[in-house]
Amino acid sequence: MKRLFLWLPLAVFVAFLVTVAIGLRKPADTEIRSKMIGKAMPDFALEPAVASHPPLAAAHLRAGKPRLVNVFASWCVPCKAEAPQLMALKRRGVPIDGVAIRDRSEDVARFLAEWGDPFERIGADPASRVQFALGSSGVPETFVVDGKGVIRHQHIGDIRPENVAAIMAAYEAAK
Amino acid sequence: MIAEAGLAALWLAAALSLLQLGMGVAALINSSPAFAGEGDQAKPGGGAFSDSEEPLHHATRGPPPPEIRGRNFASAIRTIAIVQGLLVGLSFLALIQLFLRTDLSVKLVAANSHSLKPWLYKFAGAWGNHEGSMLLWVTVLALAGAAVALFERRLPERTSIATLAAQAAIGLGFYAFLLFSSNPFERLFPVPVEGNGLNPLLQDPGLAFHPPTLYFGYVGISIAFSFAVGALVTRDVGPAFARAMRPWVLGAWIFLTLGITAGSYWAYYELGWGGWWFWDPVENASLMPWLAATALLHSVTVLATRDGLRAWTVMLAVVAFSMSMVGTFLVRSGILTSVHSFAVDPKRGSFILILLALYIGGALTLFGLRVGTVKEGSTFEPVSREGALVVNNLLLCVVLALVFMGTLYPLATEALGVKVSIGAPYFNLVTGPFALLLVIVMALGPLMRWRRDRLREVARRIALPILLTAMALLLALLLAPGMGILPLLGLVLALGVGAASVAPLWKRKLLRTPLFTWGMVLSHLGIAVALAGMASESAFTKETLVAARVGDRVSVGPWSLRFDSIEPVAGPNWTAVEARLTVRRGTGAPFVLRPQARMFSTPPTETSEAAIATRLDGQLYTVIGKPDGAGRWQLRLWWKPFVTLIWLGGGLVALGGLLALVGRVRRGRRSVPQEAYA
Repeated sequence: MKRLFLWLPLAVFVAFLVTVAIGLRKPADTEIRSKMIGKAMPDFALEPAVASHPPLAAAHLRAGKPRLVNVFASWCVPCKAEAPQLMALKRRGVPIDGVAIRDRSEDVARFLAEWGDPFERIGADPASRVQFALGSSGVPETFVVDGKGVIRHQHIGDIRPENVAAIMAAYEAAK
Repeated sequence: MIAEAGLAALWLAAALSLLQLGMGVAALINSSPAFAGEGDQAKPGGGAFSDSEEPLHHATRGPPPPEIRGRNFASAIRTIAIVQGLLVGLSFLALIQLFLRTDLSVKLVAANSHSLKPWLYKFAGAWGNHEGSMLLWVTVLALAGAAVALFERRLPERTSIATLAAQAAIGLGFYAFLLFSSNPFERLFPVPVEGNGLNPLLQDPGLAFHPPTLYFGYVGISIAFSFAVGALVTRDVGPAFARAMRPWVLGAWIFLTLGITAGSYWAYYELGWGGWWFWDPVENASLMPWLAATALLHSVTVLATRDGLRAWTVMLAVVAFSMSMVGTFLVRSGILTSVHSFAVDPKRGSFILILLALYIGGALTLFGLRVGTVKEGSTFEPVSREGALVVNNLLLCVVLALVFMGTLYPLATEALGVKVSIGAPYFNLVTGPFALLLVIVMALGPLMRWRRDRLREVARRIALPILLTAMALLLALLLAPGMGILPLLGLVLALGVGAASVAPLWKRKLLRTPLFTWGMVLSHLGIAVALAGMASESAFTKETLVAARVGDRVSVGPWSLRFDSIEPVAGPNWTAVEARLTVRRGTGAPFVLRPQARMFSTPPTETSEAAIATRLDGQLYTVIGKPDGAGRWQLRLWWKPFVTLIWLGGGLVALGGLLALVGRVRRGRRSVPQEAYA
């Protein structure tokens, strides 16, 4: 009995290792998933974020074809990192709209000039209202919205090259 | 070139740690009593090498006597440990130099610094990031090893060699981690024009002080781990071992206490949330080693004084540093969400996890295999100082287990597919009662005799504090009815425990009382003081949250404030809006507080700089929040009676530790000759 007791700490430690190893294998799950997935986009109409792009409203997302909505900001570093992937999606024919969070129009313009412009429409969300309504908790996040304005897929964080396929698949499935 | 020199020094140090480990193992195998056919019965506390016979091999003029070879081995290993410490120190200085110069051709500097930063944050910025703080981590580890090599003369030679070998083994893994997955000296090409800047939350003098202090404690406790492994390898656990280990545990514990206290105050004023402890995973990661080290500190005393709790002490020494490593893992892997998270990278997480599996798993396996052969120490009656210390240890371990489970619970449930979040309510509720029990035992323990005592005697000694507690309880119930049960008990017990903790000095000649007794008294008093602060903060804090226009008057607790103006100000690398609040207490003289909302451009972040007025009986804490667009500003105001006692108490605990350390070392010096050759 006492012998067994001596091995108790090791047993506890092994349990810890197993738990943590499982946790490490799916780190994305620590993020806050939107409760809006599968639901219709909330109604909104944003001001334009830059003069070069028309503004975004919920009505544009119910136009019959699926689209991507990218929640971004010029001050966010991962947003710069995901720019090439957004451009690649655009080249593959995916229409993308942007929501600029707490941003200034000159900064957004500079951001687009420097890192590429994948967007058709960009709405300004100076107080994060639309962002919260979408159930997004940070920038960048990307939503796949089907032709009826229902959110089908949410990608949290920057889109890395290995994520493009999953987003493409969600886009195709939303057709 | 500085970066390359730093990297070279790091590689050399890593190579030396491999050599240190190799030589240590070789020395132990060569001198193994088992090898000499003596079975597994090592001489307890003896001069270790005298009982082994060196097998004959490839020596031309016959092998030198084993003890001389052992001595040579030992002194060579010591030298290696010292040189290793120096090399890592150099490498760390190189990194600091790169940050001071803002050498943007180094990736780490470019990612975390900026040429326009004040020099203090360039300097401290060296460890305000993952790679740099890991380098600080191994620097402390290697310096701790070097310190053992330099100053530790009380351990038997064999245990000493095993200890240094264990320290090298830990070092080796973390060197590998640095060099292969977190190289701080990596170059960047093309060289950027400007750096990214340091996270503004870290741009505070606290960064210069808090992480190094914490790391000295956090990583310094590795010595206890290595001692324990060394003692398990040589099966030499006894009072001499405990006396040798105690100053090292004390030293690390002092730093850990200071680091936690400083970190708590830093979070309190820098985050602008008005709280002093958030049960954030990273805070828990520093609390868990502290709890284990506190338990260890007490059990090692039982082992040193009464030769009891042998296996338990070894166990705690392993657990304490294991908790440090687990904490490092939790912070670095990004597996738990926390305000402190470093760059999240699952690969790094897996790397540290493998190191954890090797070191902790290895040490616990060794424990399971070996500790059965460690002879049982002396026994004692339940009513005795040892008894109280055992209860103290058990309670500390219960709190440790609760914090551990609470921190990992979200992970565990997530593995089962459920997402939960555990916050302050859980931790306060489950740890509070045990913590209160713990302070009661803390008050009783020092008033009991070693080995055996009589309850009636103890009751007589504790009568006055109990009377005080009862009176305080009565007063509190009359004057402040409706207090929460935990704050009420905390406040009342703080008084009784405070009185009881100075009771050991009663009727003693104060000048002739040993320094370590003073240390114990001071530390215990510090706990009572901190407890009073915590209870008062949670029971009596007044909070006012308003949206105010310029010219409005607001009050919080005994204070009245006028919102005079709001104006922009600029600092070296930030701009801010600053509110001017004229503050007055009753009819006292008015004065001005200026809380700020700061905007940093690199990287773009906002922080709120609280303006705090400290009085003897508490702090007024003011924060300015966001404008609502219609000319009103959010003001968050708190009056926190006696909140400062929390950190004052923490400081007292650490100071007590320092007195005890000085007392022990002085006494140790005096008795070394007898002990070492006994």
